Amino acid sequence: MIRSDVLKELIPVISDQFIVCNIGLPSQELHLLDDQPTNFYMLGTMGLASSIGLGVALAQKEKVIAIDGDGSVLTNFGTLPTIANNVADNFILLIIDNGSYGSTGDQPTYAGKKTSLAAVARACGCENVVECRAEDTVEVMKEALAGDKMTIIVCKCESGNIPVPVITKDPVVIRDRFMTTLAARNG
Amino acid sequence: MSVNDKIVSDLVANQIELVTTVPCKQLAGVIDIVEASKDIYHIPANKEDEGIGICAGAFMGGKRSAIIMQNTALGVVVNTLVTLTQFYRMPLPMLISYRGELGEPVACQVEMAVHTKALLNQLQIPTYHFHREEDVEELDKILKYTFMCNKPVAILTDASFWKGY
Repeated sequence: MIRSDVLKELIPVISDQFIVCNIGLPSQELHLLDDQPTNFYMLGTMGLASSIGLGVALAQKEKVIAIDGDGSVLTNFGTLPTIANNVADNFILLIIDNGSYGSTGDQPTYAGKKTSLAAVARACGCENVVECRAEDTVEVMKEALAGDKMTIIVCKCESGNIPVPVITKDPVVIRDRFMTTLAARNG
Repeated sequence: MSVNDKIVSDLVANQIELVTTVPCKQLAGVIDIVEASKDIYHIPANKEDEGIGICAGAFMGGKRSAIIMQNTALGVVVNTLVTLTQFYRMPLPMLISYRGELGEPVACQVEMAVHTKALLNQLQIPTYHFHREEDVEELDKILKYTFMCNKPVAILTDASFWKGY
């Protein structure tokens, strides 16, 4: 399974959840497969999906899923200690780890070599880290959503991409509909 | 009231509930008060771009936030300010220690000081410079201005303002 297969399988489970999605192909795939006002697409700023997601989670009560990639977590490695030490039990960080920089031509990352992101997350102090096969991601996500406990999921999948159009929605529109829906859900 | 107390009380009066910081010697006092404040959730960040990401998230979650950092970090955050804070039109007060100005003992700090205002100008970030202690009186208005216009706004605070360090 490649990343778009994982996202496709996850959609029935995460469609109405608040999602902060990583730059490039992950956002473009999610936008193509299931555009929702609850999705915040990052159009720039590689690496910050987990930081933005943590900020949203700490600021309000609804659950927040940050969909990140191994390359982006490696870019912003400092995020893992920050997440570990500022526990938000409404926060799930899903790292889709295909061992490559997918959006830029599948160049290999160190996460596909010797470096284990799950082990790094644990070493940083994250208490609830689950590494799973791509095929098991839906079940792991269901458990995390039911759990009310901050969870880091490292989903190991294959490298590869599907052709997707870029997102042309205005960034302020993306941000505003996300905020409006989130504020309404918080009552 | 000390300058540090005045800064934090203005943050609180402007409903800023989350502050992320990367330390600087000049900012140690204000960071201590942020940490001790019951009204502010303080998140030390490992790098300033990470901190700005957290602030962006907090804003989308309905909470006002601010970042406290050193001017050298402008070299770290240009892309984040442009493609996140400005592109999505988000407010961000940035309280920045202006190292490398008069009274600076470390030569290397001057190297970023000479680029600080030029960078902020190039990024079209409204910039205020606190040089004398009474300049802090403008902070409340600057914060209101930031949340009015939904932009990152820089407040440079030099060694003279901090009375040395």
